[in-house]
Amino acid sequence: MDRMPPWADALLVPLISLVLAAILSALVIIGIGEDPVAAVTLMVKGALGSTYGWGYTLYYATNFIFTGLAVAVAFHARMFNIGGEGQAMLGGLGVALVCLYLPLPHWTLALVAATLGAAIFGAAWACVPAVLQARRGSHIVITTIMFNFIAAALLNYMLVNLLRPKGAMDPATAKFPAATNLPTLHDMLTPIGLNFSKAAPANVTLVIALLACLAVWLLIWRTRLGYEIRAFGHSETAARYAGISPTRITVVAMLISGGLAGLMALNTTMGEAERLVLNSVEGAGFIGIAVALMGRSHPLGVLMAAVLFGFLYQGGAELALWTNIPRELIVVIQALVILFTGALDNMVRMPLERLFLSRRRKEG
Amino acid sequence: MTTAPAIELRGISKAFGPVQANKDISILVERGTIHGIIGENGAGKSTLMSILYGFYKADAGEIFIGGQKTEIPDSQAAIAAGIGMVFQHFKLVENFTVLENVVLGAEDGRLLRPSLATARAELKALASDYGLNVDPDAVIADIGVGQQQRVEILKALYRQADILILDEPTGVLTPAEADQLFRILGRLKAEGKTIVLITHKLREIMEITDTVSVMRRGEMTATVRTAETSPTELAELMVGRKVLLRVDKTPAQPGAPILEIENLSVTDSAGVQRLRGVSLNVRAGEILGLAGVAGNGQSELLEVLGGMRTATGRITMNGQPIDLGGRHSDGQSRRARGIGHVPEDRQREGLIMPYSAWENSVFGYHHDPRWQNGPLMDNAGIEAAAQDQMDRFDVRPPNPRLAARNFSGGNQQKIVVAREIDRNPDLLLIGQPTRGVDIGAIEFIHKQIIALRDQGKAILLVSVELDEILSLADRVAVMFDGQIMGEGPAGSATQVGLGCLMAGLGGDDTRDMSGWTISDAAIIEEGTPDVSRIEAQLAEKHADASKEV
Repeated sequence: MDRMPPWADALLVPLISLVLAAILSALVIIGIGEDPVAAVTLMVKGALGSTYGWGYTLYYATNFIFTGLAVAVAFHARMFNIGGEGQAMLGGLGVALVCLYLPLPHWTLALVAATLGAAIFGAAWACVPAVLQARRGSHIVITTIMFNFIAAALLNYMLVNLLRPKGAMDPATAKFPAATNLPTLHDMLTPIGLNFSKAAPANVTLVIALLACLAVWLLIWRTRLGYEIRAFGHSETAARYAGISPTRITVVAMLISGGLAGLMALNTTMGEAERLVLNSVEGAGFIGIAVALMGRSHPLGVLMAAVLFGFLYQGGAELALWTNIPRELIVVIQALVILFTGALDNMVRMPLERLFLSRRRKEG
Repeated sequence: MTTAPAIELRGISKAFGPVQANKDISILVERGTIHGIIGENGAGKSTLMSILYGFYKADAGEIFIGGQKTEIPDSQAAIAAGIGMVFQHFKLVENFTVLENVVLGAEDGRLLRPSLATARAELKALASDYGLNVDPDAVIADIGVGQQQRVEILKALYRQADILILDEPTGVLTPAEADQLFRILGRLKAEGKTIVLITHKLREIMEITDTVSVMRRGEMTATVRTAETSPTELAELMVGRKVLLRVDKTPAQPGAPILEIENLSVTDSAGVQRLRGVSLNVRAGEILGLAGVAGNGQSELLEVLGGMRTATGRITMNGQPIDLGGRHSDGQSRRARGIGHVPEDRQREGLIMPYSAWENSVFGYHHDPRWQNGPLMDNAGIEAAAQDQMDRFDVRPPNPRLAARNFSGGNQQKIVVAREIDRNPDLLLIGQPTRGVDIGAIEFIHKQIIALRDQGKAILLVSVELDEILSLADRVAVMFDGQIMGEGPAGSATQVGLGCLMAGLGGDDTRDMSGWTISDAAIIEEGTPDVSRIEAQLAEKHADASKEV
């Protein structure tokens, strides 16, 4: 059986899914008596109409790039890492410990150290489910999702009992020292004469995210490890034939996946909040699954899908702020997009594939 | 009784995407005959039969059953039209009894008991009519493959099939079991049933069919009376050119032993012993053929040698021991020791199907520093080397960027063979080298194996095709139930003698083979071996093994 052309696979399918999700969302908006056209206009304006909007869109997108890449790397080894949420929480702990307890003179050094801290903590959190999967066959979907709860409880305990400054009422760490504060896009773009919004939280972590995209692409398609990860993902028996250790690949792929999820904390914890708060991940770990599915586990696809979801997040927030469309409905719209681009992917793909094949047959 | 043909197909066409699997096929099968359909893999035999059985819908064409135009949208309609199908891979529920399997899907009423009772009576009648003896209360998992196949036939007959389609029925049988099957088919024919036999084995066609249709590349190239044709003519019709059915080779010049296996045993994860004290050696410059019915331990032996499975015992390669369970018992280490491995199942083991041909051309050898460019893989270098390799091994199309799944079976196998032979291994393990491979590619692959032997390399060939073993191997060993039953020169081996050994029997027929050593494990049986008794013994052994778990 032949396939449809790659461009249709990579672009047309998600685009049609997106349109379907948009139509359904419009119907829902009409259903509650609001104007869908006005809503879309507001979303676009709010998310992309100003550097402030862009600043938020890109801030969210940065989160989703990390978690999307995390899920994508695991996908290549045919593993479903649902634990991005917990791994990102632990990443936040790593960042907080580095920023609070290492005397770092400059943000560049702090960024390097925090990157290591976030990756190591995230990877460590993914390591236990990975080893359980590789050695004991405990299904990674179950264990990673359970580890999300453990992570939340652990973080809660750490913040309430150990890291909370004396006298503070909320479960959060103290402010990180000023030397560790990362430059925002405003700080970075002003020297080259661009006037970017000062209030928007997008920061230098975005650059790290883009580098991570490049690194994952190199890893998966240009290195021996990536070759082995993909081979293992396609066929475990073939991997064993070639002398690729299933245990090793399972653990290594999950370590990389967890590390990437952990890096997300750089953006939220170090870049934006400048302290560790209890719920800093806010579901980005789960959005990563949709982003990886929509991006077909390719870093470029993940990047584009992450920006789209960033747009939905920021646009949705604007919508809730300026219209009578309730916050819950925004979640419905986001859920529809996830449903159509992720879970119902084959619903669009199969008829489209048939269409392409019948067209090709006519030509031939 | 009508004289209308049992099956008539007119102008059947079916395409899968750009692939035309069946092109304007017309065929006429007379009532009460055995009609063979022969063709290479991918010739469209199975597609045609799937259309007849309602699995696929034809793009064009008409089906007539017993002279009546019939629509067959699904398998229920096929059964209603009196068509029964016996698949290559049996569709039986392993933990059900024979009786339950026969009734499954044909129960009437809400309660099972009455339909089981009628089925039991019916089964008894069928068994005596056609010589299809199976214990109705035996559990499928406990009975032999030959018996399982009989259950499949009974299932079809129980559903009042007049027309029986058998897809490659002898692939899993010993020669003796195949003979029994042919006797049953003869009885069925005598009773007025019509049988369509799909196969790629010329010998079977010649032995049992009345008429034979040849398919090539989706087209029906000829339909001839079996009595008026010859194997050579059929082979030509299948391939479309003259083919050598015999392999040209000079006598082997065996040297020192390369591989020595002593007392090798394997117990699988279910606790069943798959290899039981196997000892063998393969010398430089010879091909050792390992014969046996599928599932008697040959696969496990290959897997142990290829580093895919742990074992106990001792193996030496060029005199140096090989790690059988420790850190160095993986495929990488084996390759480093000069062992090349063409696995039995190229699609599940030997290739990554979505990988391009060039990516597959280093699969298993990807740690070779030659393919490393700093921290990255030298993709361009690998692709260039793959292009060269594909040209030398005549892989078609010679496009290294094409994914492995887009090559035909024969060319996929050439990619694997090329990869393994090109590393110039001291020992080549090669499992089912020509399974699902077209005749043209078989010729080529056989030549490559012999060329490697003539360079003084050792080759261990595992195949369930006795013809392949006999034509290629210099020395033959026969495996049964995880043990070597006998071993000797290929020149003095006979089909009958090997057939006995493959069923675990050592009798007069095996003693006639000069230069052969027959293991004490082989059961000595005078005269014609009683296969059903052996099957019963095997079933017992199997049951014991499962009890131990």
